[in-house]
Amino acid sequence: MSEKIIEIDDDSFDKEVLKSDVPVMVDFWAPWCGPCKAIGPIVDDLAGVYGDRVKFAKVNVDENPLTPSKYGIRAIPTLIFFKDGESADKITGMVAKAKLESSIKGLLK
Amino acid sequence: MSETDYDLVVIGAGPAGLCAGIYAARARMNVLVLEKAAPGGQILITDWIENYPGFPDGISGFDLGDKMHNQAKNLGVNLKTAEVLSMDVSGENKILHLDDGSISTKTIIIATGASPRKLNIGEEKFIGKGVSFCATCDAPFFKGKTVVAVGGGDTAVQESIYLTKFAEKVYLVHRRDELRATKILRERAFENDKIEFIWDSVVSGMDGFFNVENVKIKNVKTGEEKTIKADGCFVWIGIIPNTGFVGDALKLDEQGFIVTDHTMATSVPGIFAAGDVRTTPLRQVATAVSDGSVAVISAEHFIENHPD
Repeated sequence: MSEKIIEIDDDSFDKEVLKSDVPVMVDFWAPWCGPCKAIGPIVDDLAGVYGDRVKFAKVNVDENPLTPSKYGIRAIPTLIFFKDGESADKITGMVAKAKLESSIKGLLK
Repeated sequence: MSETDYDLVVIGAGPAGLCAGIYAARARMNVLVLEKAAPGGQILITDWIENYPGFPDGISGFDLGDKMHNQAKNLGVNLKTAEVLSMDVSGENKILHLDDGSISTKTIIIATGASPRKLNIGEEKFIGKGVSFCATCDAPFFKGKTVVAVGGGDTAVQESIYLTKFAEKVYLVHRRDELRATKILRERAFENDKIEFIWDSVVSGMDGFFNVENVKIKNVKTGEEKTIKADGCFVWIGIIPNTGFVGDALKLDEQGFIVTDHTMATSVPGIFAAGDVRTTPLRQVATAVSDGSVAVISAEHFIENHPD
């Protein structure tokens, strides 16, 4: 995992995501989910490019049930793009890298 | 043939595309493999594969895809993340228009696979909110709950059995009165107490406030309708080929799959197809890798017969 991606949990979510000065992309994943692991390298690449302007974070839904429940997540991978503490965009499922990149760029507008 | 960026471009890095990349790299072809999402393809969402030779105890879809990907990397296969938006195959050299530029190549192997067929009854709004096409991704969210599964083939039956590890009850809805799945899978499903079969039926609708709460079932023989209280609906009713970028450049069959001969050659010389995207009596990892390797040999012969 790229060093530009931080692992957060139910306790640190508020501070790291909702109170963040910069936009945040949160990757909700689990170790038993194939597609979640498969998009890992794609998220790594994007963190390498946009990591200086966007915060990249991962939440393991197995270990952290509260946050996924709060955002109505019933499917993974789910990526939520946060701006000023609000969910601005959401992607569910394994999608093309271009689509992920487009959502990240959307956060920077 | 004039100079091109590549000898061969393989579109798609599922088992067919990765195998093609491996064979092409070892044949010292100037090859590029393109993948718009993640290498591995459809097997990434399969929980367990026990019929692909070489793995006595079976292997997870993700692990098999990962191993194929690593093998390709070890052999120096050039793999790029990009999507092919369209192709220009009218000239001798083929041009592929990607999302970040265009490249030219002598030959192409299309290995873009297929995607899950949707119910098309307005279930899109419930995708991620009860409707799913991936049990390995989402089954744990339905622990102790009741779900509906739709389909009658290998995927529907195998994944339904997987669902019973989490769900309390699985209603398997199939539009015929007999499963199409491989016999060993049928046996396992019939022995599974958590699976209840609803024959001769289709899903005609679903509703719920935020997430799925009710799934409507219709018997196609009697017209009778009933509603099942369910928290989820897993859809496994077949696949549709990923050929959007092909346009009408190649001959396709009635369902949109690319028609090829036994050498994987399509209707356009120099363009080949491998794996689930082509017309074939069987779509498995075993057939995909076979197609990928044959397509490379065919591409090699084509280049030898059309020198600069």
